[in-house]
Amino acid sequence: MIKIKAKDVDVFYGKKQALFNISLDIEENQVTALIGPSGCGKSTFLRCLNRMNDVIDICSVKGEILINDFNINDKSCDVVRLREKIGMVFQKPNPFPKTLYENVSYGPTIHGMAQSKQEMDEIVENSLKKAALWEEVKDRLHEPGTGLSGGQQQRLCIARAISVRPEVILMDEPCSALDPIATAQIEELIDELKKEHTIIIVTHSMAQAARVSQNTGFFHLGQLIEHGSTDKIFKNPDNKKTQDYITGRFG
Amino acid sequence: MNKNKEQLLNKRYKAEQRFRLYGLSAIFMALLFLTIFIFKIFSTGYSAFQKTWLIVPVTFDAELMMLDQNPSKEDLQDADYYDIALKSMADLDPNANEDQENELKRMVSYFFEKEIKNELLNDPNLIGKTKEVYLTASDDLDQVFKGNYPRDLPEDQRRVSDYQLKIFDQLVANGKVESKFNISFFTNADSREAELAGIASSFMGSIFSILVCLMIAFPVAVLAAIYLEEFAPKNRFTDFIEVNINNLAAVPSIVFGLLGLGVLLAIFQLPRSTPLVGGITLSLMTLPTIIIAARASLKAVPPSIREAALAMGASRMQTTMHHTVPLSMPGTLSGTIIGLAQALGETAPLILIGMVAFVNTIPGSPMDPAASLPVQIYIWAESAERGFVEKVSACIMVLLGFLIIMNLFAQIIRHKFEKKWS
Repeated sequence: MIKIKAKDVDVFYGKKQALFNISLDIEENQVTALIGPSGCGKSTFLRCLNRMNDVIDICSVKGEILINDFNINDKSCDVVRLREKIGMVFQKPNPFPKTLYENVSYGPTIHGMAQSKQEMDEIVENSLKKAALWEEVKDRLHEPGTGLSGGQQQRLCIARAISVRPEVILMDEPCSALDPIATAQIEELIDELKKEHTIIIVTHSMAQAARVSQNTGFFHLGQLIEHGSTDKIFKNPDNKKTQDYITGRFG
Repeated sequence: MNKNKEQLLNKRYKAEQRFRLYGLSAIFMALLFLTIFIFKIFSTGYSAFQKTWLIVPVTFDAELMMLDQNPSKEDLQDADYYDIALKSMADLDPNANEDQENELKRMVSYFFEKEIKNELLNDPNLIGKTKEVYLTASDDLDQVFKGNYPRDLPEDQRRVSDYQLKIFDQLVANGKVESKFNISFFTNADSREAELAGIASSFMGSIFSILVCLMIAFPVAVLAAIYLEEFAPKNRFTDFIEVNINNLAAVPSIVFGLLGLGVLLAIFQLPRSTPLVGGITLSLMTLPTIIIAARASLKAVPPSIREAALAMGASRMQTTMHHTVPLSMPGTLSGTIIGLAQALGETAPLILIGMVAFVNTIPGSPMDPAASLPVQIYIWAESAERGFVEKVSACIMVLLGFLIIMNLFAQIIRHKFEKKWS
């Protein structure tokens, strides 16, 4: 089933066009990887999906992005509601300089998802369990989140993102600042999370894309060169550029 | 080739050595100036914290005080103390003629009558008895006792007569002159008499001014900074505002004084010489300093924190109030304190709005006339009496102490509450 449908998306930074005519369908409860060389626009596209580009003054987005058949670029779309449904995990772990508990409970608090302290405790515990962090931190929930290791911080950010039960999780190179062990943990987690969430992940590592994703889109110079099932893209791409990139001839 | 390289290397080392020497001598010069400055202030000022007292036997003669038998508290309040006060001073030299009695009276402050009265009010049983009472010495004798007075001047050039010196020396020889910590320097308001003048009025004036300044400047500046940094679109108009805020920070303070005079006093008819007007004027000066500090510390909050909050579905307002502003507070607060410390040392604008007036009462609210510490220094520095010289330095010491404490506080806030990013 198609969860997100992008139609003819153009993105401009001031006068410079960063994305050209991107049309891409994203399957529900699957992992879609976006790959491509630096500066090709894959992160920009990801940030279109929860309208994070709004923050950048000079950035303008054209085209339609339908999530559950609703155009999020429409004026009637409420950004706060949208971002409640679409969580995001960033490249560098960015926990709030607050306690672990406050980090995870922040989203449910501002969206009024828990009626009681007990309910909130449950949300925090479940989110941390789903992020495979609970066992490591259950005794120090009230210590600062910035005191964790890099990999733990990133899992904390994932727990924070899933605490509001988003339908979609966007991940912008979530492992680029982590060591191989932490990376393996996050990848395992992504596999687990796709049961309940639709996941879109931007990655520089082709091996990672091959390991975690079911679908892959290849971006180059602001254009979506090719997309399809990960198997096909990696084994039998239609486009010469895709082939060259995957085999490491450029990029 | 090799030799050339060696020479070049030597040259580089020499250049570095020279540079270090320049740096060291610059620091040495700076320290030297500072030491001279502080030494000068302390050496002239420390004696102001001591006060000289004459111990004079006073006979509380009921008849001279015009008191009846068993006087009530009110009778004691209304009694006439002038005669017994005069008498006790005159008794210091039984052979004194009328002129000399007058000179004897001037050896103590004109406040001596009240000091004797307080003695009796504290202990009404003294009526009819004789007690040794501490009387504040006149400022000139105070200086004589502290060794700051040139005794070898010809008599007609000094304010202390030979006769007074003779009696004073006798008192000293009998141990009837004592030096004690000068509490009244901190509890008295300004006075024309150096021995009675204190900093209470100007100190309270400064505190009230700073409070008014804080209450106006802080909220306005923080809101302006938050709006400019977090909400305002970046366009020509906001650039223009930013440039003007920076310009405002560089405007000479006397201009703000003129503004206070022309607008607050002339148009709004606010009470002259009050900490209220002073505080408002100072807040105009402090505003740009706080705005700049607050914006800098808002800028220092990593954008990743804002992104994290926004991506969680926090509105811009929530992102700002829950995350950015609390994280920027330590920097904003220390900037505010430094701005206030600047305002505390400001003299020119306060002179223009009339806080230079002679105020001999301690203000109870920002609406009462008051001086301020720097203005007090200015007023005393203009006074001719020798007794004010040490007061000027002492007042500078108090002001410097105040400033050091404020700056220390700013440092502590910054170090204690600043969050470390991973």
